[in-house]
Amino acid sequence: MDLPYKIFVDPFVQMGTSPDLLVQTLWDGLVAGVLYSLIALGFVLIFKASGVFNFAQGIMVVFAALTLVGLHQHGVPAFLALGLTVVVMFVLAVGVERLMLRPLVNQSEIILFMATFGLTYLLIGLGQLVFGGDPKVMIAKELYLPHGAIEFKGLGGFVSLQKIDIAAAVIASIMVAVLAIFFQRTRIGRALRAVADSHQAALSVGISLEQIWVIVWFAAGVVALTTGIMWGARSEVSFSLQIIALKALPVLILGGFTSIPGAIVGGLIIGIGEKLGEFYWGPLLGGGIESWLAYVIALGFLIFRPQGLFGEKIIERI
Amino acid sequence: MLYREVGQYKTNYAADMAVFPILQDRIGIAVILLVAFVVLPLIGNDFLLNTVMIPFLIFSLAAIGLNLLTGYAGLLSLGTGAFMGVGAYACLKLTTFFPQVNIVIWIIASGLFSAAVGALFGLPSLRIKGFYLAVATLAAQFFLEWCFIRVPWLYNHSVSGAIEVPLRKLAGVPVTGPTATSLTRYLVVLSIVVVMTWVASNLVRGRIGRMWMSVRDMDLAAELVGIRLLRTKLLAFAVSSFYCGVAGAMMVFLWYGGAEADVFAIDQSFLVLFMVIIGGLGTLIGSFFGAALIYILPIALRMIPAAFGLPIRPAVAEQLTFVIVGVLIIVFLILEPNGLARLWQIGKQKLRVWPFPY
Repeated sequence: MDLPYKIFVDPFVQMGTSPDLLVQTLWDGLVAGVLYSLIALGFVLIFKASGVFNFAQGIMVVFAALTLVGLHQHGVPAFLALGLTVVVMFVLAVGVERLMLRPLVNQSEIILFMATFGLTYLLIGLGQLVFGGDPKVMIAKELYLPHGAIEFKGLGGFVSLQKIDIAAAVIASIMVAVLAIFFQRTRIGRALRAVADSHQAALSVGISLEQIWVIVWFAAGVVALTTGIMWGARSEVSFSLQIIALKALPVLILGGFTSIPGAIVGGLIIGIGEKLGEFYWGPLLGGGIESWLAYVIALGFLIFRPQGLFGEKIIERI
Repeated sequence: MLYREVGQYKTNYAADMAVFPILQDRIGIAVILLVAFVVLPLIGNDFLLNTVMIPFLIFSLAAIGLNLLTGYAGLLSLGTGAFMGVGAYACLKLTTFFPQVNIVIWIIASGLFSAAVGALFGLPSLRIKGFYLAVATLAAQFFLEWCFIRVPWLYNHSVSGAIEVPLRKLAGVPVTGPTATSLTRYLVVLSIVVVMTWVASNLVRGRIGRMWMSVRDMDLAAELVGIRLLRTKLLAFAVSSFYCGVAGAMMVFLWYGGAEADVFAIDQSFLVLFMVIIGGLGTLIGSFFGAALIYILPIALRMIPAAFGLPIRPAVAEQLTFVIVGVLIIVFLILEPNGLARLWQIGKQKLRVWPFPY
């Protein structure tokens, strides 16, 4: 009777007796979740508008952050570097649309998916070639990002919140709000939604697909840059970030490939679930279960809702 | 002129449905086998056999495995690396428990374990499709990878946490372990790959292969004509994982001679997927083309600067390789989205009408 006790009772007893640890774990999960959401957001933007499963989103995060830090290392002032990086992401978006998507229009999904793989390789090579492969420190101070921690007493102990994490959560919320307004209220936003609904119908009412694709890839690039700055400020800018980007995939299937709120909610569920699981149930299995728990959570959801929590209902016709 | 089936009359159905109905194809395959089994071992040096041919064959087999699943049954999987790992670890355990049994038998048998694990993780495929399924198979990838690291029993509690390949002999000649020559290992790998490719080519032409293809083209319609989806999909997962498992066991036992868990990481899955797509989905010959291109291209690229005496640092060469491979993948997909196998078909068609194309 020892094992069921350890699985079903003991973790909750621990949660009850030391609420400070629980709150700390929840907070860590929340922050990780916000960052997963941000990466997932980039995926969703592109998938909605062009049906491309953009595997390169992870490397775009690294590439954007590297460009920013690399430019600053070459003596460009921080905010000018930020502006230049945005320009670089725009050039990348135009380049991807012109050289990759346009010739591949009307190909099957898996071919487009493959092509973004090619893009991933290209960006890895290019990033290392231009800026070097060694990890770099994010220029958090120059961008006036806060550092240090706030500590709360109470709850039978103390809880420490990193200021950069709070900033990340705030900036992520602002960005999601801006994107939501952009999608709902502006002309381009409406065009984007039309394209997401049906490429042909959008074309027939005079929406330029090429233009829309450049815009979504650029938006995804800006989201990638923000993610890169935030994640870089928490740890460092290195190519290993790309692996973390894979964590955005369970977030995506949990929330549904086509839903922006889904990406956010999915990210938070995955982030919190993963940290709680690792902290309370991980030791039972010898630790390190963080690496696969997210996928198993997502898989569990998928069995019951094959289109994710917020995805469009899949209708099949013969 | 040379490659033309005119005048080759078939008098019964079996002859018409043969694997190689055209005489020139039969001659071609005989020449290829002759080169592979006789000429290469005679002229090949260690580098050619060990660094080029053995990995190429092993990757081809893994690509065939994934192609059965993705190309024929239409189920996208990103867990190939982990399934290969299952094969490798199963082979290690089997040969540890029963060291006297022929190692080749264990390499094949380890595929069965891989097949069982693959079928288990294929269960969600009944409800999930497309990219959702691909992400679901990532669960298999990461969970199994974690097992390879965290369960010391799997790697015989070795201190380094790596698989250490023991010495095993076949008819008195060492096949695995440090003293096995690359020639013996090459011949063993080649034999296994040839036999399994032959089995696969018959599998996809028969009832099972047709069932897979109908599921790929539209599973709802396939179900309506009486194909049991669950069985068919699970069978696809099992057979595919079997091939991947054997490839994984060969990779560790006959190529690396020892490996850590990170050999079976997600990168390996992606690499095999590359090969399948570049080679051509739903073609067996494409798996060989894809493996050749994706595996041998970087090796060739790395040798180019040295051959011309260009002063490029190894690190820069590595990064340039990444850039070039990335660009080539995109360019290639734009030029021929159906893969190298399609080019091969076009080439054959051109040969048929040569020298008087109409």
